[in-house]
Amino acid sequence: MSHTNKNKILSHELPTTPLDPEIKAAREAKIPIAMIGLCGCWGCTLSFLDMDERILGLLDKVNITRSSLTDVKRIPYRCAIGFVEGGIANSENIETLEEFRENCDILISVGACAVWGGVPAMRNVVPLEECFKEAYIDSPTAVEGAKKIIPFHDDIPVITTKVMPLHEVVKIDYFIPGCPPDGDVIIKVLDDLVNGREFDLPTSMNRYD
Amino acid sequence: MNDEIQSILSHYNSDKTRLMDMLWDVQKQQGYISEEAITYLADGLKMSADDVRETLTFYHFFLDKPFGKYQVYLCNTVIAKMNSYHEVREALQQETGCSFNSVDDSGTFGLGDANCIGLSDQEPAMMVDNVVFTRLTPAKVKEIISQLKQDKSPEEIANPAAIANTELGYVTAMVDANLRTESIVLFKPNRDYKSILQTCLNDNIPEDIIEMVTDSNLRGRGGAGFPTGLKWRMGRDAEGEEKYVICNADEGEPGTFKDRVLLSHSPKDVLLGMIAAGYAIDSRNGIIYLRAEYWYLKDYLQQQIEDFRDEGLLGKRILGKNFEFDIRIQMGAGAYVCGDETALIESCEGKRGTPRVKPPYPIQQGYLGMPTSVNNVETLACASRIIEKGAAWYNDMGTDESTGTRLLSVSGDCEKPGIYEIEWGTTLNEVMTMIGAVDPRYVQISGPAGDSLSVEQDGEREFCYSDLSCNGSLMVFDNSRDILAIVRDFSEFFVEESCGICVPCRAGGVDLMHKMERIIDGKACQQDLDEITQWSKLLKGTSRCGLGTAAPNPILATLDKFPEIYEEKLVIQKGSLLPSFDLDEAMSAHELAYKKLVGEDE
Amino acid sequence: MSVKITIDGQQINARTGDNIIDVAAKNGVYIPSLCYVKGKPCLGTCRICSVKVDGRVMAACTIPVSEGMEIEVNDDAEIVDMRKALVELLFSEGNHNCPSCEKSGRCELQATGYEVGMMVSRFPYRFTPHVVDHASKTIFLQRDRCIFCQRCVDMVRDERTGKKIFSIKGRGTNSRIEIDAELANEMTPQQVRQASDLCPVGCIIDKTQGYDDPIGKRKFEVKSIKERALDKEHR
Repeated sequence: MSHTNKNKILSHELPTTPLDPEIKAAREAKIPIAMIGLCGCWGCTLSFLDMDERILGLLDKVNITRSSLTDVKRIPYRCAIGFVEGGIANSENIETLEEFRENCDILISVGACAVWGGVPAMRNVVPLEECFKEAYIDSPTAVEGAKKIIPFHDDIPVITTKVMPLHEVVKIDYFIPGCPPDGDVIIKVLDDLVNGREFDLPTSMNRYD
Repeated sequence: MNDEIQSILSHYNSDKTRLMDMLWDVQKQQGYISEEAITYLADGLKMSADDVRETLTFYHFFLDKPFGKYQVYLCNTVIAKMNSYHEVREALQQETGCSFNSVDDSGTFGLGDANCIGLSDQEPAMMVDNVVFTRLTPAKVKEIISQLKQDKSPEEIANPAAIANTELGYVTAMVDANLRTESIVLFKPNRDYKSILQTCLNDNIPEDIIEMVTDSNLRGRGGAGFPTGLKWRMGRDAEGEEKYVICNADEGEPGTFKDRVLLSHSPKDVLLGMIAAGYAIDSRNGIIYLRAEYWYLKDYLQQQIEDFRDEGLLGKRILGKNFEFDIRIQMGAGAYVCGDETALIESCEGKRGTPRVKPPYPIQQGYLGMPTSVNNVETLACASRIIEKGAAWYNDMGTDESTGTRLLSVSGDCEKPGIYEIEWGTTLNEVMTMIGAVDPRYVQISGPAGDSLSVEQDGEREFCYSDLSCNGSLMVFDNSRDILAIVRDFSEFFVEESCGICVPCRAGGVDLMHKMERIIDGKACQQDLDEITQWSKLLKGTSRCGLGTAAPNPILATLDKFPEIYEEKLVIQKGSLLPSFDLDEAMSAHELAYKKLVGEDE
Repeated sequence: MSVKITIDGQQINARTGDNIIDVAAKNGVYIPSLCYVKGKPCLGTCRICSVKVDGRVMAACTIPVSEGMEIEVNDDAEIVDMRKALVELLFSEGNHNCPSCEKSGRCELQATGYEVGMMVSRFPYRFTPHVVDHASKTIFLQRDRCIFCQRCVDMVRDERTGKKIFSIKGRGTNSRIEIDAELANEMTPQQVRQASDLCPVGCIIDKTQGYDDPIGKRKFEVKSIKERALDKEHR
């Protein structure tokens, strides 16, 4: 499933300036966490940001590597906790998730799309062929008489037959439902895990919408 | 059409509890039950049309659209599949020119699948309208279809000697009885029913009959093994303006066919048992609930009832006594779940065959809310012998706690499939020898709902209520058979036959079947096996009736007896992608859609 | 007549003939159910009220209490998980996409999901086809959400003729909920609202009602389904 051109250099492969040893040591003492987004609307990522200033209290303990705060493309080293937003809808999602799973101790599905497919999975009741037909061929913006186009190329991801929840592809340790879950919920889970408490989502915080 | 529907309605006094009969009458007249007919029926019965459809669409053999002049249903059980089912299926499609679950262009043939039709000793077999054809081969199929095309009726083909359908010869022209053992209790020839009943009624008050049956230790032969004497005692004690005796002849458990043979070769034993039950519990009305798959027995059975009426054994004053009892036949329409006594009662009342919530039990509140004794065909036939010969005679046979005999319907890998009457206490190995099983490995008793046995491990176990409490079905599989495929088929059977009213059976059954498929496909890991066990427990614990609680049995029992066949299919996860995740499948649709939609343009 | 039973070890005097759900609720023990309606004949379809009675799993709504019964509701981890599993089965069987459902916030299935602590279904999500019946003037029937509890089938009738308005067609996995549009059009707005409220999921939707209350003020957010079940005024 390699679509990468051998001549390209990916950002995480670029040479980096070595860190100040003191900062490096302090950083290594912290718990590395990360959050990635797959096929979703980034709403859950916004909820992650909705932790607002409350995250500051945790920053002594955690080091946020890849996330919407940092815009790092790959996690630079193994993470203790990985949050994933979005479901699986294309080959790139699969690759990203596979790599993330390999490099995270605990993986958490965040939000309806990650947990069961969510809104993108509404296409699952329609065969992919029909979806393409509707989107690209019978589309009102399709130019009449023009050559029919369906994106399909080595350089772009393959769309999966169905949208899948993450736990049908890799092992997932915990689930936070919600569309999206509140920032409160994310900080509660993070705080519990970072402080060595069990994952626990009380009834009052468990929401599916 | 309204006139025909009106005459059907008036025949049943517009009594909506007889909806099953009315639907059959319409279908037999018109080939199917049209929207127009539904509307007329609904109006006549003061129901909404959807209410009529609720019943109609529940049953496999009721048709709400045309399904050919000849409706052909090929039995697709695991036993059929061991007997050139696939070739026969192919031949049927070829000869009729239509594929399964459809009608040919000329509207002559409708091809459909059927679960066990009670002919496992002579598969492959199919139903065509009211008759059956057994031991099919592609050549035989070709011949039958060509004759049908020449306008010969299915009955003419199945019964070339044109024996009246009220005669035993009509039945035996189509199916073999395959009675393999000498009579011990059942199938006693030349019984003088009149004098047996005369003596019985002269010498006994109803309490005596109950006592006799109680002392005989006769237990229900349908599978649950409830003491028959106790059931009749409770029926007698129950209060109700009317009471009913129902003979459960909805023999749907795959692999069983003993009731078919009892009803054809000893029908009056069964009728006499019903009369005894009626006398015992003070009931005037008996119903035989006959599965639609046994339509070819209907007129013959009706004739037996007429014979009894003529002899004064049924009717207003039976043998001159102040005892009234009569019997009607209620046809089913294809639903395994109706073997459950409460579902069967619902069906008798013209409704969907949905098992009721228990309590109350039928013996307290059954048919039309009245006390109802539902007894298995074989139980009633045994009772007819007990009232003749006495409890002690019966008690002498079998074991202390399982008295008398058990009929086994034997099918599968053996030289002599058919009906065997064994005394309780006989071992599995003894049965294997009796039936000429060569190299048997796996035996499924009591149908998919029952237990899976390993001949090697269980050979010395005895058929009795405390050990192998078998309901009569016994399917044998030798070392060449794919047990996982058989178990998968059983899982599918439960999915197809689930009534759907309760969540665990309706939804969970499908997930169990998919797990089996995952195992067979080599995509399962240990976690899948753990889940299959947990989900099975859920179905067993929480389902509403015996169908749901039994649905996981084949999986659990084969997992217990043959763990190695599951284990060798398991895979160990490599990397982080789950073994159950099918990457190729997930990537396949895009390219296919691309090729189909624009491929030619490229 | 009264009988002595125990629920999770607690000694209770109960009235003969009352079912386990009612007795438990009276004594502050919540047993979830999606088909049982207090005061109506038990339907016994959802099985979510499964408890252990003398060690055997039984649907609490179907069992009248009797002397000496030992009932386990929350003390037994296995039965707690079975109830959760049944709720999860429903979420995977139908399309229960809460964010896009008019019933969200006043849906009993959703509220019960919270009570049993469901975060994901352990069963594979099936994505059944969406089938909506618009034929009636006042009701949307969103079939892919039906859980076949039979409440509407049994408890909603045409007021004039007593005929069924809702019914189930087919059986097993092919079951589907039907509505008699003609009879449905005869329903009063009040009866439509009652039918919609009776539906424990977002299958029977009153065309005049949807997203009425803001998030945070919706029925089960104001008062949880558990509180309502235990609250005498609501029962």
